[in-house]
Amino acid sequence: MKIVVDFDKCTSNAVCMGIAPEVFEVRDDNFLYILQEEPPEALRPKMEEAVRMCPTGAISIDG
Amino acid sequence: MESIVVVGASLAGLRAVETLRREGFAGRLTLVGAEPHLPYDRPPLSKEMLAGDWEHEQVVLRKVPYEELDLELRLGVAATGLDVGTRTVTLASGTELNFDGLVIATGSTPRRLPAQPHLDGVFTLRTIDDCHAIRDRLDAGARVCVIGAGFIGAEVAATCRKRGLEVTVLEALPQPMVRGVGMVLGEVLARLHRNHGVDLRCGVTLESIEGTDRVEHVRLADGEIIECDVLLVAVGVSPETGWLEGSGLVLDDGVLCDSTLQCAPGIVAAGDVARWPNPAFDGEVMRVEHWTNAAEQGVYVGRRLLAGDGDDAPEPFAPIPFVWSDQYDVKIQVAGRFSGQDRMEVVSGSLDDNRFVTIFERAGRISGVLGFSEPRRVMQYRRMIVERGSFEAALEFAAANAG
Repeated sequence: MKIVVDFDKCTSNAVCMGIAPEVFEVRDDNFLYILQEEPPEALRPKMEEAVRMCPTGAISIDG
Repeated sequence: MESIVVVGASLAGLRAVETLRREGFAGRLTLVGAEPHLPYDRPPLSKEMLAGDWEHEQVVLRKVPYEELDLELRLGVAATGLDVGTRTVTLASGTELNFDGLVIATGSTPRRLPAQPHLDGVFTLRTIDDCHAIRDRLDAGARVCVIGAGFIGAEVAATCRKRGLEVTVLEALPQPMVRGVGMVLGEVLARLHRNHGVDLRCGVTLESIEGTDRVEHVRLADGEIIECDVLLVAVGVSPETGWLEGSGLVLDDGVLCDSTLQCAPGIVAAGDVARWPNPAFDGEVMRVEHWTNAAEQGVYVGRRLLAGDGDDAPEPFAPIPFVWSDQYDVKIQVAGRFSGQDRMEVVSGSLDDNRFVTIFERAGRISGVLGFSEPRRVMQYRRMIVERGSFEAALEFAAANAG
């Protein structure tokens, strides 16, 4: 499972960070950083939630 | 459960049908929508779409094919009635749909002014068709007057300024959003708009909207006249529950639900239309009009419907409301529950800049957070609200993380 973020769409609402801070981090520069591009399978439900809850539809899962 | 009808084909309804299929519901699934379009995203309608930067394909909510959802799609036809006894939904076309399970997700409709005339150029903004109609006028260089300085009015004003158009915003209260955020933050919002060239008039009373065929100007109670080609009425929304009158469901500023969003056996509600006691705020009965709420409730009610009423019934729906608004180069984010009456403290930055965080107190706890372009910090304080942290602990965190 690979996390893909479309940074043209991402507006750093940080909703994903609220759901999975171990994977998504919005820093003080207001940009989103992906801490684990290939998170463990156990995080899949959280990753799917992040995809559904992203207000700009910027996150997708590859694989 | 063999058949489920979802009434309302926007975010909450779409998330509900997606969840039902993902969770294994294999029966007949019908999605009813009053608009002729497949589900689309509404927040861009006052921003990117109205600006002319985005087109319809960029606001389509579901990017993957609908076929795998195996839906019976009924678009462009509103539901007009519900009979809970016979478990039937009636559509405007006269068609009757029987169901075992029902999701009510009909959203809300813009309020109109008490004496709003039927003049060309007078709009409300809710649908993509509204957006296109207003955008055509903006393309032609319209002078814009917005009534109401809430999120929609403010975002439209910001978009108009971005397009170089003259815009006047009329607000009845002494500051924008003063009931929600208080006078101090209301002043900050007012300054943001004025600094970007909006003619913002607060504390004004609208006397009349005048014109022959087309809107020509609005007249204020003090006699002043503001000329405009487009008049946007942005004075809030009402839950779309007219079709449920007489159904036996309890309607009280929305459909009254239990803490699991059920309003009758096998009938659930999601999105702007649902009113429910939220355990995260001591059972305060609330209705939330935000994007994330519609998305979360859509997912939740899909599961709720399949769980039935046995031991499998899910935990109550207990979210911390969250909303954002992009205006000019500022991202405003709000989480939790608070009003302009609650104690407010600035915990990061300064209200004189367009980058700060404020938090709100209720009964000793941190109940809300509002940030200007501080998404990271807003999410940190939001977590404290989730964990029902004390206001003092939040202030201590702020002191330790100053900057």
